[in-house]
Amino acid sequence: MMALYFRDLKLATRAGGGALTGILFFMAVVAVVPFGLGPDLKLLARVGPAMLWIGALLASLLGLERLFQAEREDGSLDVMLMQDTPLVFTVFIKCLAHWTASGLPLVLVTPLLGLFLNMEPRAIGATMLTLLAGTPAITLIGAMGAAVAVALPRGGLLVSILVLPLVVPVLIFGVSAAYAAVEDPAPFLPPFLILTAITLFFAVIGPTAAAVALRAASE
Amino acid sequence: MPFRLRVDGLGASRGEDPIFRDISLILDAGGALLVTGRNGTGKSTFLRTLAGLHPADSGTIVIEDGGDATAPPRESLHYLGHRNAMKRDLTVEENLLFWSRLTKTAGDTVGRIDATDGTVEALESVGLGGLGHLPFGYLSAGQQRRAALARLLVAHRPVWLMDEPTAALDTASERMVEALIAGHRSIGGIVIAATHQALDLPGAQTLTMAGFAVTA
Repeated sequence: MMALYFRDLKLATRAGGGALTGILFFMAVVAVVPFGLGPDLKLLARVGPAMLWIGALLASLLGLERLFQAEREDGSLDVMLMQDTPLVFTVFIKCLAHWTASGLPLVLVTPLLGLFLNMEPRAIGATMLTLLAGTPAITLIGAMGAAVAVALPRGGLLVSILVLPLVVPVLIFGVSAAYAAVEDPAPFLPPFLILTAITLFFAVIGPTAAAVALRAASE
Repeated sequence: MPFRLRVDGLGASRGEDPIFRDISLILDAGGALLVTGRNGTGKSTFLRTLAGLHPADSGTIVIEDGGDATAPPRESLHYLGHRNAMKRDLTVEENLLFWSRLTKTAGDTVGRIDATDGTVEALESVGLGGLGHLPFGYLSAGQQRRAALARLLVAHRPVWLMDEPTAALDTASERMVEALIAGHRSIGGIVIAATHQALDLPGAQTLTMAGFAVTA
């Protein structure tokens, strides 16, 4: 199974792999916000965590539809369906590789983008931490959508729309935890723990649902 | 107990349309089955049903090897479909190494286990020795097909399901495929191949798909 993980990482970082697309999109979204909002530093600092979260959320949805579609098009999915390794586990590993290649880099560039938004170090740290805990959930939820739309050409938009309602709670708790770290009366821990719970919950539900959808789609 | 593949009363359909029904056959170790028939008569569907990739309407597929009877038959199969199951951006060797690691089962005594997991030998057997460092996408269609065949060699599975194994191959490579099949049968493997080309498989049973009416 480690072979699958490293192969997907290799594919993501080679030409046309798309690992960079998400980061560039994330940077583009966040970089234009200060121009749109104008030179109000206080306002920027206040919307900072939310903008970073929205940017990261949209960027993580970008490459998702290729997660299983690429495997299906070249026939690899057929071979994976036939192995004695439970399909749920295969899906989980693929999600893990996808997150390492496209979710983790988003977390890592957050401090740089936080500076664009005039955020204080404490807010940047809190946003990074919540993104670290929350972006895996986006990938795991997205795997369900990607598996459902695996047979559809250009199912990218469909995947995003299918997945969006389910990732809204991730966004809500991620942003509220990030704000709680800087605004004093609100407690940081409860929303952060709920965010972590959502990730753990979808670590089970996501691959299971995706595996069922892939079996059904293999016809 | 000798190794044997038994298919009883197998039937499948696509949507509402029945494709074939009541196909029964028994293949003993070393046996081969040649599936022929015109386009659209269900050769590929038959192979996919055997591989567990297409739901069967009726019938059973059993692999009798005296071992674990609960394991689904698909785990004893290699399926070579129309598509080559290789990534264009990875080198041939990386592709093979990946499939070797993913598909090799514990107790595999035929597939070699060494630093290269038998990929070098497998590539030489399909006439691609020395090309392992090239990205798969660089190869010609025939070379890609041969690389896909090498996937069957890096991990041992007793039953090979081959859908048009010689597509895009030249005459010399067709002989090579015959030799690979003969080699697999000589170690007690079973080969089921669907093809339009005349493949010379000594002692093979044949199954002619004829649209809905099937004569076995």
